[in-house]
Amino acid sequence: MLVIETKNLTKEFNGLIAVNNVSLDVKEGEIFGLLGPNGAGKTTTIKMLATLLKPTKGEAKVCGFDILKQRDEVRNSIGIVFQEPALDNRLTGYENLDFHARLYGLDSKTRKKRIQEVLNLVELEDKANVIVRNYSGGMQRRLEIARGLMHYPKVLFLDEPTLGLDPQTRHRIWDYILKLNQKEKTTIILTTHYMEEADYLCQRVGIIDFGKIVALDTPQNLKNIFKKPTLEDVFLYFTGRKIRDGEANQSEKFKRMRHRF
Amino acid sequence: MKSNNFQTPKQSSRDATGQAIYIMWLREMKRFFRARARVIGTLAMPFFFLISFGFGMRQGFNLPGMPQMNYLNFLVPGIIGMTMLFNSIFAGISVLWDREFGFLKEILVAPVKRFAIVLGRIAGGITTALIQAILILILSLFIGFKISNHSGIILAILFMILIGIGFIGFGIAVASILENTESFSLIMQLFVFPTFLLSGAFFPVSNLPKWLKPISLINPLTYGVDGLRASLIGFSQFPLILDLTILFIFGILMVGFGSWLFNKTEI
Repeated sequence: MLVIETKNLTKEFNGLIAVNNVSLDVKEGEIFGLLGPNGAGKTTTIKMLATLLKPTKGEAKVCGFDILKQRDEVRNSIGIVFQEPALDNRLTGYENLDFHARLYGLDSKTRKKRIQEVLNLVELEDKANVIVRNYSGGMQRRLEIARGLMHYPKVLFLDEPTLGLDPQTRHRIWDYILKLNQKEKTTIILTTHYMEEADYLCQRVGIIDFGKIVALDTPQNLKNIFKKPTLEDVFLYFTGRKIRDGEANQSEKFKRMRHRF
Repeated sequence: MKSNNFQTPKQSSRDATGQAIYIMWLREMKRFFRARARVIGTLAMPFFFLISFGFGMRQGFNLPGMPQMNYLNFLVPGIIGMTMLFNSIFAGISVLWDREFGFLKEILVAPVKRFAIVLGRIAGGITTALIQAILILILSLFIGFKISNHSGIILAILFMILIGIGFIGFGIAVASILENTESFSLIMQLFVFPTFLLSGAFFPVSNLPKWLKPISLINPLTYGVDGLRASLIGFSQFPLILDLTILFIFGILMVGFGSWLFNKTEI
């Protein structure tokens, strides 16, 4: 079964085409990597699939549900961990998970059970009652992964899941991802700049540049066909060496404003 | 861990909506009680206004056509109105903070009616604003405020709630349009200050010159303060029924407008 089907998915912002006629499919149980330079359209594509943005043109289905006409069904089937933290810093880990569970309509017994399960998966059981403001970056990311799983989603979107994390946490997160995929058959769609991460985890990768998919295949095939030793070389081959001056994203702007509070 | 294929045990959608309202309310309450600095800070300003103007203006306050009264008694309902104004706008604008700190994404991606989110935020904001306003009322009793009719307290609380609903709705509407918190201080200067300064909180609206009075008359807080004054000290410049009607309409309009705008928010 295809959990993601998109057809000519397009998003335009004031004349700038961020996502340009993207047609891609993701199979159930896959770990799929969406790779691309800054501003390529990765996050915009994911936001459209997560029903956070409406496409300008084109259509997409997530778990068979239309992203425009069946938004709530889509939202129920997906979990998403954003690049910038989306936790409530004044609540505890447990309270953040409980908030999510209630918002997604889990009944009381399931809530309690599931909170324990996901806390165990990401190894945060003994930090559950600590206020999230006091969590390290790695702990916050692990909590967000736990939260994304609370409502048993079929697809989990991970936007730069190990960005800025220490090696121990990175490897642990890779373990969680693989465990989820193998035991639960959760489909994982991740975006990353770490090519070795994409190579290690993903069964297929799609390279997106200027809003268009320029390559789509397994990492091994890409390396073979284009005769490059690493996935990073394949990536640079497709996207060139020129630096992309993207706009500061939300989290960068936020970090710079922090001194105001 | 359980297999992925089974149906998630979910509540009926009506219960889920109720849960959403409850958890948004609970979140506001937890955040409020944990931010001790904010509690003290938002109480301090009205309290200082009370002490300084209430005692400072004790002697010279006589207006032609107005009955003799203690300025403190005149002022307290105005300060309570001001407290509700500030806290409600702040509660509504907290949507901006959620946007800035990323939490708004979590709310927007959930399979829950946006209106339930708005209702929960309103419920939470009203509760915290009401707690503040009642604390100010109690504090003012300690410094000499005299309530003329004790059953008026219930009516006063109704007015507080109506003021709160209207301005939270307004705050949500504004926050849904603005993209960042820098515009927030602009809103405070341009809008909130004139609103409470020209609401009859500090001086009767009838005192104003012809060119300034219309601003007070289209200001919803004017009618809120008037209603509070009527309930607590028995003096008002407008009929009570007018105050109630205007606030009611204001509340419905703002909540409707705010919800509509919040519904269209993308992130």
